[in-house]
Amino acid sequence: MSQSRLLSVLVENKPGVLNRVASAVRRRGFNIDSLSVGPTDDASVSRMTITVQVGRQQAEQATKQLAKLIDVITIDDVTGQRVVAHELLLIRMHAPHSSRRDVLDIVDIFRGRVVDIAVESVIVEVTGSTEKVDNFIELMRPFGIKEVARSGAVALVRGDDARLRLLDFELPSGEPEIHPVSGDDDEAVDTTGNV
Amino acid sequence: MIQARPDTEAEEPAAAKRPLTGAEIVFECLLAEGVSTIFGYPGGANLPLYQHLPSYPQLHHVLVRHEQGGAHAADGYARSRRGAVGVVFATSGPGALNMVTGLATAYADSVPVVAITGQVAITAVGTDAFQESDVIGSTMSVTKHSYLVTRIEDIAPTIREAFHVARSGRPGPVLIDLPKDLQQATMEFEPATEPVRLRSFPEPPRPDGMKLRRIAQLISEARRPVMLIGRGVIISGAETEVMELAHRAHIPTGWTLLGTGAFPVRDPLALQMVGFMGAGFTNRAVCDADLLILIGMRCDDRVTTRLDSFAPRVEHIVHIDIDPAEIGKNVVPHVSLVADAKTALGALLPLVEPKREHEWLTTIDQWREEHPIRFVHRNGLLQPQEVLIEMYRRCQDEAIVLADVGLNQIWAALWFDYRKPGRFLNSGGTGTMGYAFPASMGAKLSNPDKTVFCISGEGGFVMNMQEMATMVEQNIDVNVLILNNASLGMVRQFQDEFYGGIRSAVDLSFTPDFVKLGEAFGMKAMTTDRAADVGPMLDEALAHHGPVLMNFDIDRDANVYPIVPLGKGMLDFVEAS
Ligand SMILES: Cc1ncc(C[n+]2csc(CCOP(=O)(O)OP(=O)(O)O)c2C)c(N)n1
Ligand SMILES: [Mg+2]
Repeated sequence: MSQSRLLSVLVENKPGVLNRVASAVRRRGFNIDSLSVGPTDDASVSRMTITVQVGRQQAEQATKQLAKLIDVITIDDVTGQRVVAHELLLIRMHAPHSSRRDVLDIVDIFRGRVVDIAVESVIVEVTGSTEKVDNFIELMRPFGIKEVARSGAVALVRGDDARLRLLDFELPSGEPEIHPVSGDDDEAVDTTGNV
Repeated sequence: MIQARPDTEAEEPAAAKRPLTGAEIVFECLLAEGVSTIFGYPGGANLPLYQHLPSYPQLHHVLVRHEQGGAHAADGYARSRRGAVGVVFATSGPGALNMVTGLATAYADSVPVVAITGQVAITAVGTDAFQESDVIGSTMSVTKHSYLVTRIEDIAPTIREAFHVARSGRPGPVLIDLPKDLQQATMEFEPATEPVRLRSFPEPPRPDGMKLRRIAQLISEARRPVMLIGRGVIISGAETEVMELAHRAHIPTGWTLLGTGAFPVRDPLALQMVGFMGAGFTNRAVCDADLLILIGMRCDDRVTTRLDSFAPRVEHIVHIDIDPAEIGKNVVPHVSLVADAKTALGALLPLVEPKREHEWLTTIDQWREEHPIRFVHRNGLLQPQEVLIEMYRRCQDEAIVLADVGLNQIWAALWFDYRKPGRFLNSGGTGTMGYAFPASMGAKLSNPDKTVFCISGEGGFVMNMQEMATMVEQNIDVNVLILNNASLGMVRQFQDEFYGGIRSAVDLSFTPDFVKLGEAFGMKAMTTDRAADVGPMLDEALAHHGPVLMNFDIDRDANVYPIVPLGKGMLDFVEAS
């Protein structure tokens, strides 16, 4: 049974790493739904968040193959864990005067923001779970979508334990130092429930 | 005389703090890693390396005649001696790309090789400059890791890291792409003293005590235990521990193609090679086992044949391997241990109680008699096994034996018959024809005191026969046996048995006269098609100091048996008739 798996990967911030990770996933014949990369608070480490459509055993295989890459520092399959997994949507809506109010009402419900406004259209920004973003797009469809850009999910596991600290190999392994994550948890705002 | 010298203790690096070129830094670092032999081929993008090479007479550079030969030679050098790392140089573009198959071969079989390729100047990278190709991109899936060096300061740390990565965990080839201008640039070089540590590449964990006790318990409860071992056992040097475990609990032990040599074939507990072209009695044992212990192996399709036919009666599978990705990839174990085989077995042994399942051992002995590995004499034609038996008789349980790919490889594996663990090298994972001959050159240079036999088909031999020039130039004492069936034998057998008997593009009747060919290169060369000549010819070859090419015109219809027909299961093996 194929399922969407969410992999959170910390990698060395070096050229070619994205290529290696993508190749390793491709080589096992898995399709990447979304992949986002960005810096972390440690300049030498980037975080990739990958969603793939695979079965559980395949996901395990993909995870293990990725873990073998020298540039992959840690990899966690966080599917089903308590995670905050959000993506950013930018959407250009057909929004002439006649329908603009209705569009903006829905944007409000989704806690979105208008980030650009023109005569016939608006660009709206919405963040949240993939499901929430999907739902929002569905609701926008009747008004006329002109363009969509989605970031793909980025994710962090909830709670106090931070993976980044585990990377410091000076620490005795298995004894994670507590590293508080900022308490900025907007679960309550999420209109579609969480993953 | 062979110029070989075993890898020495790391040499004293040059006086600290004088400006060195990038090329010199490469050599300083290679010496610091204990390298003594380099296989290589020059070209525009690595000329600075070659400019400085003569100032390092401690390094024995072997000029191969094709970069593929260089990569296989480095593989043979490393594969034939525990702890050795093979080093190979090539230039950019075509030079580097010629190594791809060699790297893939080493990668599939977990062989530590460090390849250093010249690249166009860093300022020209990405411009489609002359002889520029994307070597990192082209080799990414056939190397354990690769590096494009972009600053001279990174050369030394990169080389150190490359050796560390190549050697540790599950070993494998690592490529360093080194732009030409960095080889020429200079900097003050200070040798590093700190050991390499990679945060993404931790030491394998100590074997879990609970799991070890569980495995010991499974062994004590098993009525029909079987152990299968792969190349991981050889890599970790766990042959003794495997023997001890087998004997303490009387566990019949078989092996994969790449595990051949890890267990003494003449041992009463020895099974044989398992799987697709494995021995019938071994396949039967695996299919009847209630406990299967798999050590240092991948369980690929040549081992399992049709997956659902593999070990149908098994109640527990224990899988020990250093690569977590191999656990559960093909065969899902009940108990698994991610660990170095030697470490794991060392920890397991004290927990295992001596035992012996008489009935099981008797059954296996019965199967062994019912399904012997045998061959059939036909019309007085020379049988390949007759050649191999004579050769193995002269190995004295010591010689290093290499086999190429095809029927010759499987015959050589099935007739390997040492009384103690020995070295049998072949390209198992990729099945690269043309591997054995250049690899045998590396094996001999790595083990100058050992006799080396290289078995090959006439098809595979010509794929890298240019290395005859290297062999003769360096006077590398390898005894080559061509089992000449005037065809791409294994493909021919497949066509005969599984593809409607239509022989297509397998006829090699037009092969060169190998005696003339060998002599043209300056090799001692001999040929025969008579069984009576085999022994004397081998003796003459052994008495000769230098490379010898022996051609044996064998029965052109000799096949490999047993064989499991394609798509069939483990017990559907067909035997010699
Ligand atoms: C580079 C490469 N090309 C093709 C094959 C497919 N192949 C496997 S065995 C074989 C025949 C080998 O013929 P030969 O070297 O004469 O050995 P024989 O089987 O006759 O002993 C071929 C073509 C291969 N393994 N490697
Ligand atoms: Mg042949």
